[in-house]
Amino acid sequence: MDYSSAVFYFFSFILLFSAIKVITSRNPILSALFLVLSFFSAAGLWLLLQAEFLAIALVLVYVGAVMVLFLFVIMMIDINVEVMKKGFWNYFPAIGFVSIIMLTEIILVLNKPFFKTPALFKAPIKSNTDAIGEVLYSEYILPFEIAAIILLVAIIAAIALTLRGKKMHKGIDPAIQISVKKSDRLKMVEMGINKFKTKKRVKRN
Amino acid sequence: MINLSHFLILAALLFMIGIVGIFLNRKNIIILLMAIELMLLAVNMNFIAFSYYLGDIAGQIFVFFILTVAAAEAAIGLAIIIIVFRNNRSIDVEDINRLKG
Repeated sequence: MDYSSAVFYFFSFILLFSAIKVITSRNPILSALFLVLSFFSAAGLWLLLQAEFLAIALVLVYVGAVMVLFLFVIMMIDINVEVMKKGFWNYFPAIGFVSIIMLTEIILVLNKPFFKTPALFKAPIKSNTDAIGEVLYSEYILPFEIAAIILLVAIIAAIALTLRGKKMHKGIDPAIQISVKKSDRLKMVEMGINKFKTKKRVKRN
Repeated sequence: MINLSHFLILAALLFMIGIVGIFLNRKNIIILLMAIELMLLAVNMNFIAFSYYLGDIAGQIFVFFILTVAAAEAAIGLAIIIIVFRNNRSIDVEDINRLKG
C-alpha cells in the first residue's frame, strides 16, 4: 500500500465515522462538532485530489462561517433532547433496508473497470488557484456574478426574516400618525373667564 | 493504488449516511440541515474526483458554485429555524402544522 492509499483510507474512515456520529449523537452541539471534523477530513481528501483552493475554501467558509452559524443557532434556541429522541429508531429498519439496497446498486455500477482508469491528470503547470481563477473570470463570469447576487439576496433575506419589531426605534409609524383623533391631542378646559362672560350677558339681558 | 471508483464509492456511502440521517432525525430541523450538508459534501466529492481523474478544471468550478449556494441556503435555513422557534417555542417538525397541509 503506497502513501496516497494510506492517506485516502485514513481520511475516509474518519470522514465516515464522523458522518455517522453527526446523525446519531444525542446532543446537537456534538453533531455540529462532528460535522466540522467531517469537513476537515473531506478537505484532506480534496488536497489528495490536488484541489487545493477548494480544500482551503471548504475549511475557511464551512468550518469558519457556516458551522459557527450553526453553533450560534443551536446555542440560541432551547432544545429538549429527550423529546427530540423519542421514537428515534422507529424508521431505522425500513430506511436501513432501503439504503443498503441503494448502496449495493451504486457499488455494483461503480465497480466496473470503466471507473478504474488511472488518472488522466497531467502534472500541473501553474497553481490550482491560478487555473481556477483563469477560467472563473473568463468563461464562467456570468455564473460568478449570479452567485454574487444570490449571496446578496441571502443576506437581505436572512436579515429581513429575523428582524424583530422596533422596540428601541425612534421613527414615526404612519399608521398611528394618521389614526390620531382630535380628542387625543386637544383638551377643552373650563376656566373662570367663561363664567364671568356668561354672568355679564345675563345681566345685560 | 487509489482510482476513481474508490472516491465515487466513498461519496455514495456519505450520501447514504445523509439520507439515513434525514429519516432518523425527522424531529430536529437543525440535524436535518446538517444531513443535507453531508449530502452536498458527497456531491462535491464526486465533482472533484471526476475533475482530477478526467483532467478538467470545470468540476472544481461547479464545486465553487455549489459551496456558494449551500452557504446561502444554510443562512436562510437557520433564519427560518429561528423564526419557527420564536413562534412555536420548539423546533419539532411535528409542531410545524399551521398551514394544515
